[in-house]
Amino acid sequence: MSKIELKHIDKYYGKNHILKDINLTIEDGDFMTLLGPSGCGKTTTLRVVSGLEKPQNGFIYMNGKEIVNAAEAHFEPPAARGLNLVFQSYALWPHMTVYENVAFGLKIKKTPKDEIDRRVASALDRMQIGQYAQRYPTELSGGQQQRVAIARAIVSEPSLLLFDEPLSNLDAKLRVDMRSELKRLHKETGSTIIYVTHDQIEALTMSTKIAIFFEGVLVQVAPPLELYNNPADLRVADFIGNPRINFIDGKGKLDGKDLVVKTVDGETFRFASENLVEGFRPSGEFDAVIGVRPEQVTIHRTRKHDTDVAAKVYTVMPAGSETIVDVMVGKTRITIKELGITHYEHDDIVYLELNPQKMNVFDKASKKLVKYAVVD
Amino acid sequence: MRKVTTENYSKSKRLKNQIKAVVTNPYNLIVLVAIILLAYLILLPLLDMITTSFTLSAKDARRIHGDVGQFTLYYWQRLLASNLSKSLLYIPLRNSLLIACCVSFFAILLGSVLAWLMVRTDLPFKGFFSTAVIIPYMIPSWCKSQAWITMFKNERIGGAMGFVQGVTGWAPPDWLAYGPIAIVIVLTLHYYAYAYLLVSAALNSINSELEEMGGVLGAGKATILRRITFPLVLPAMLSAVILTFSKSIGTFGVINFLGSKVNFSTLSSMLYSNSKSQNTQMAFAMAIIMIAIASITVFVNQQLIGKRKSYATIGGKGGRSTPISLGKHKPIITGILLIFFAVGVIMPLVILVAETFMLQEGNWSLSNMTLYYWIGDGSKKDIMEGLPGIFRNPSFLNALKNSLVLTFTTAIFGTIFGQTAGYICAKGRGKVHGGIVEQLVFIPYLVPSIAFGAIYLSMFSVSHGPIPSLYGTFALVVLVSVVKHLPFASRSGTSNMLQISGELEEAATIEGAGFFKRFISIVFPLAKGGFISGFMLIFVSIMKELDLIILIITPKTATLPYLAFQYQNGNSTQASNAVAVVMFSIVFLVYALANIFGDADLAKSMGG
Repeated sequence: MSKIELKHIDKYYGKNHILKDINLTIEDGDFMTLLGPSGCGKTTTLRVVSGLEKPQNGFIYMNGKEIVNAAEAHFEPPAARGLNLVFQSYALWPHMTVYENVAFGLKIKKTPKDEIDRRVASALDRMQIGQYAQRYPTELSGGQQQRVAIARAIVSEPSLLLFDEPLSNLDAKLRVDMRSELKRLHKETGSTIIYVTHDQIEALTMSTKIAIFFEGVLVQVAPPLELYNNPADLRVADFIGNPRINFIDGKGKLDGKDLVVKTVDGETFRFASENLVEGFRPSGEFDAVIGVRPEQVTIHRTRKHDTDVAAKVYTVMPAGSETIVDVMVGKTRITIKELGITHYEHDDIVYLELNPQKMNVFDKASKKLVKYAVVD
Repeated sequence: MRKVTTENYSKSKRLKNQIKAVVTNPYNLIVLVAIILLAYLILLPLLDMITTSFTLSAKDARRIHGDVGQFTLYYWQRLLASNLSKSLLYIPLRNSLLIACCVSFFAILLGSVLAWLMVRTDLPFKGFFSTAVIIPYMIPSWCKSQAWITMFKNERIGGAMGFVQGVTGWAPPDWLAYGPIAIVIVLTLHYYAYAYLLVSAALNSINSELEEMGGVLGAGKATILRRITFPLVLPAMLSAVILTFSKSIGTFGVINFLGSKVNFSTLSSMLYSNSKSQNTQMAFAMAIIMIAIASITVFVNQQLIGKRKSYATIGGKGGRSTPISLGKHKPIITGILLIFFAVGVIMPLVILVAETFMLQEGNWSLSNMTLYYWIGDGSKKDIMEGLPGIFRNPSFLNALKNSLVLTFTTAIFGTIFGQTAGYICAKGRGKVHGGIVEQLVFIPYLVPSIAFGAIYLSMFSVSHGPIPSLYGTFALVVLVSVVKHLPFASRSGTSNMLQISGELEEAATIEGAGFFKRFISIVFPLAKGGFISGFMLIFVSIMKELDLIILIITPKTATLPYLAFQYQNGNSTQASNAVAVVMFSIVFLVYALANIFGDADLAKSMGG
């Protein structure tokens, strides 16, 4: 049961400013994912929370109790924070058996022997590796080692569990299996989880909230679908989603209270005023970027509506359950995701149905979102 | 909501917390103790040496009418610019540089070619060759010079016939038996092992796809070797050059064995004789010059290698390695190598052993064979002045005991200090304290062995603060051995500790394990292999050490190499050889044990 607050956290390695004024609140029971490209500071944030790194500035509170006060050089030792950590490399001690690895922390806390046995057995059973208790880590597969690492972290029933890219060393299939197990673990234990990954699918599928980092700056904190539908700026929009979001450059201006954007290829879109970001008041014309997700575009072989946009097929990539179609509208390439298998020939002329409701609009200068997408 | 600003904190609390964090962390205390100890044992002696060379001694005060202890340029002037300079400094310096340059050149050439043949070609009998090639490394260089003398000495200077003259009747000329040529050959046969080990490690890490790519683009074997392989191992070869160069400059045993009879002197032998005759100041001035040369070599090497240091790892390990076919040259090359090992490695050993059974030197007839030098009772008054064979000789038994005690104590302390320093270097990478420790432990590497011994002799002959005078004690021999081997011990410690991922320790920190608990439960069990091999390597290196401790040793603290050295100088060649045979039997045994029980890695053992 843990609520974590990070306030004004700054971390430097030498002259490198790694974390820039991070403010983040993680509510009790959250599955908070720290997401971002490599080197963005997400792992450092995790290590600052764990106590393995000391920030130069800022405060951390755990359930209202101060655990870090950089100004007074007060840093609660990691073991006193009631948390546990699963490392990317698993960090299993190779000279100890699975049982010894999991029991290590309990032994340090001088837990009675039968209590240790009971709790280790329960943790191993939960991770379905009870039969390997007497093996050494090197005698286990990567997936099994991963389970040992998690068992070691949960055996002390910490109120806060930290995961540092735990699935990145697993093969694709195991990764999908472990995702659902971790999600279930979160539900069952009810502990707060902070989870670091650069894999957006992991982030979107598992978290209750995602904090997205770029270059040491916390850019947006939001539930996964909100982050997907309404990324706070162009970088987030570009980072989240696979296939990537389509960007269409254009010129925007207010027409009455509505926003009108004319694209470089000559199409005009009108966006209703109620979906604009509050306080957005452009003076005159501005450079705008329309963002539209590949699955929000519908392809027709013939023109169905007057507003449909003509396009020419560039490539078709069938992937079984879905087909990715790239088309050219004028000089802009648009990626479209269709369900099932569809067939187009290169250079076929098709018609795209685009719904302004479901589009984002960004201000190119500030890179900020100015119009929300409304997705049902 | 709490108001959070950076102003409302208490400065006294901050200070209290900071002090608490430093003091309660045993790691900080260990670092502090290590830095103080290293400064005391390494920096202080160096400073002491420099100031001593500018201070007038009692012996010379009367002669030049000065006050004892006053600042003087007398010694430097005498060394650098007096009518004695030529024989005191310039000729020995020229000889030293000549020897070091020749040895470096030939040793690197030989070692690199052997490494290439062994690693990259389809040479047959690789198993045998790879063992044979490192045997010379295990035999101390002064043993080899003994073997050389046994082979080539002539009656004119040696007093008795050597093997060559005994068998063929041809008396080898003086220039072959003694002097620079003999010294260069003996040292080359000793130091090529460094180049071999370093270059073969570099070659092993080159992915042969890099060479194959050259082949795909149409380059011939010679071009590939010259344009691809050679540049990739160049950094390793340069490292081998500086190692060989600085070791050759500091070597004394070989110079004494092969040079003294023809009055061939080098800086190291001048340093020895000056130190022996109480000319401490002169000896120190020479030591400073030797240190300067070694430092320049290291500096030049760093400039030359620069960023290329990491070349060898770019290709990465685990790449395939396809041996290059030697084609029609294979039998010839194999033959040459076999002859090389037979003549250069096996034969000297055999002769050395054989001579211990010869009652009279140089008499190679069967009737002359005896076990007298091993187990004789001392009844023959004309042999060794009536001393019994070594196994009945109390001074031998004393030296054997001393050697074993010295090697064990030094290896234990050296391993502990080395691994601790290595731990600090590994954990403190990129931090100030790590840098300081790394620099400090490197300094003894720059100080030639004989100079190092001279400094410790002078510094610890008098009591220093809480430390009493250590002159003539066993403790001093242990101390100098431990400190001199720190660069190698700590380097092996660093690489040992770097293998232990920091996350393994962090995982234990998270579980609440304190520093000592982490060290005992995590670091030590994982580093155990490295501890053991580090121990073995120091053991072996100290067992054969002569140059370093020759000035410090007294009859009471004599070791096996020292006894052999004394016997040799006292013209008891057979007894000297017998001592040497015992000594390197121990070295071989320990080596075999290290290879069987530990993963002792020769490349880490450049302690020499």
